[in-house]
Amino acid sequence: MSVEIISVNSLSLRYNSLEVLSNLSFTITAGDFIGLVGPNGSGKTTLIKTILGLLTPVEGSISLFGLSPQDFKEWHRIGYLPQKFTFFNPFFPATVREVIASGLLSMKGFPKRIKKSDGLAVERLIHLMEIEEIKDKLIGELSGGQQQRVLVARALINEPDLLILDEPSAALDPEVREKFFHFLQKLNQDKRTTIMLITHDIGGIGQYASKLLYLDRKIIFYGSFEEFCTSQDMGSYFGEFSQHLICHRHV
Amino acid sequence: MEFADFFRYEFIYRALVAGSFIALLCSTLGVFLVLRRLSLIGDGLAHVAFGSVALGLLLKQHPIYISLPIVMLSSLGILRLMERARLHGDAAIGIVSSVGIAGGILLASIAGGLNVDLFSYLFGNILAVSREETYLSIALSLIVLSFIFFFYNDLFSTTFDEEFAKTSGIKTKRINSLCILLTAVTIVLTIKVVGIMLTSSLLILPAVTALQFARGFKNTMVIASTVAILSVISGVITSFIINLPTGATIVIMNFLLFLTAFAYKTVVTKHAVTSDR
Repeated sequence: MSVEIISVNSLSLRYNSLEVLSNLSFTITAGDFIGLVGPNGSGKTTLIKTILGLLTPVEGSISLFGLSPQDFKEWHRIGYLPQKFTFFNPFFPATVREVIASGLLSMKGFPKRIKKSDGLAVERLIHLMEIEEIKDKLIGELSGGQQQRVLVARALINEPDLLILDEPSAALDPEVREKFFHFLQKLNQDKRTTIMLITHDIGGIGQYASKLLYLDRKIIFYGSFEEFCTSQDMGSYFGEFSQHLICHRHV
Repeated sequence: MEFADFFRYEFIYRALVAGSFIALLCSTLGVFLVLRRLSLIGDGLAHVAFGSVALGLLLKQHPIYISLPIVMLSSLGILRLMERARLHGDAAIGIVSSVGIAGGILLASIAGGLNVDLFSYLFGNILAVSREETYLSIALSLIVLSFIFFFYNDLFSTTFDEEFAKTSGIKTKRINSLCILLTAVTIVLTIKVVGIMLTSSLLILPAVTALQFARGFKNTMVIASTVAILSVISGVITSFIINLPTGATIVIMNFLLFLTAFAYKTVVTKHAVTSDR
């Protein structure tokens, strides 16, 4: 029996009077690799923030590992890469090591202390993300792609059961992006890490994700990439030519 | 006065001890405040303190008892304005600050004008620090630094990336409130001892000096504290030797250290760019 990781029921959310999410219902089970796609302003980031308890829905409910986000305590089971990484203070004086180590805080009680023994976990991630040469640099001194890899390392450091990534490939060049998606696929297959990833590259992510969730304030499509490519509804929604272009990369 | 006289006066020792502890306290808090773009909170809350001291004098109560709760509530008001009215820190501080100073002027006017007591609470004199105030400075520093020690990583994570901190299970609202309340208490108690100008400069200048060349967050805090203590000691000695106002001399020493760090960074950056070519 598949274990439910995220369950969203009749979820709606409004900013003032504008409905941003409308009556969403879906379930993500252990081992799923979900590509969350949709146009700008379709509510993708809002949805993951609501799942993580950063925003409060006006209607409906969310269950995260069987609990509401407010009651959920095992945050080390979730690795999160926020979208706004480019907006943090570029003069912040933290080193790459300090930033990655801060990912361990969800494992710590009071007082939250990073011990010398935690250095091993930090080094492992530095090696995994191939960022050895920048590990003592300040986060603000790095390029967008390097910062992205550091923040992915921070999200992965606890070996989470669920990985939520908001546009992780935005600052990566195509070669690194392919490598990164391969890495996520391997993580998903070898460790059964459940992954939810926001991207605009619907065709690209289709090659790696087990399911696509196409959002435009409401759910337009939720299913496998193969189902997406053969769906007549999607053919009508996107136009058959666009559907063919999106799916062509996968064939 | 001769430099040999320097060590004969107890008030000098008190100024050095109280000043150094206040420097340590303000510079440590200052790193978090500057990085959160709340650098001017020292000035803003000092204006509220002005209003509340005026109220205390009007009510014939010890100003600290009136000031402390009002400034603490105002600091939380700044935080809530930022969260709920979606204002940037500077705008929220500006609102609270202008209301504070307007209230102070109105209350002082009702009380029959600004008097010496009101000014003594705002512009304190580091050379006039009493023994009790020295103990208060030490105790306050130890309390605030203990909080920072125990919540260091929570403060670090919340300051760097609040959203991620929330998903690490850190109660970021509580941490923000804690940080701002510690700042409020520090401001109320230190402006009486060293004045608004020195408190505000010790919150900002050591932190921005450290940010010119520090490598790492802990390193930034250590450098900021060292710069702050160094500026107090050098300021007290210099003002004594050439007979200048001590508070202002400490601020200028702070600024000179900042300029030195800025020049160093500029030279190092230029050198790095030249080497890369």
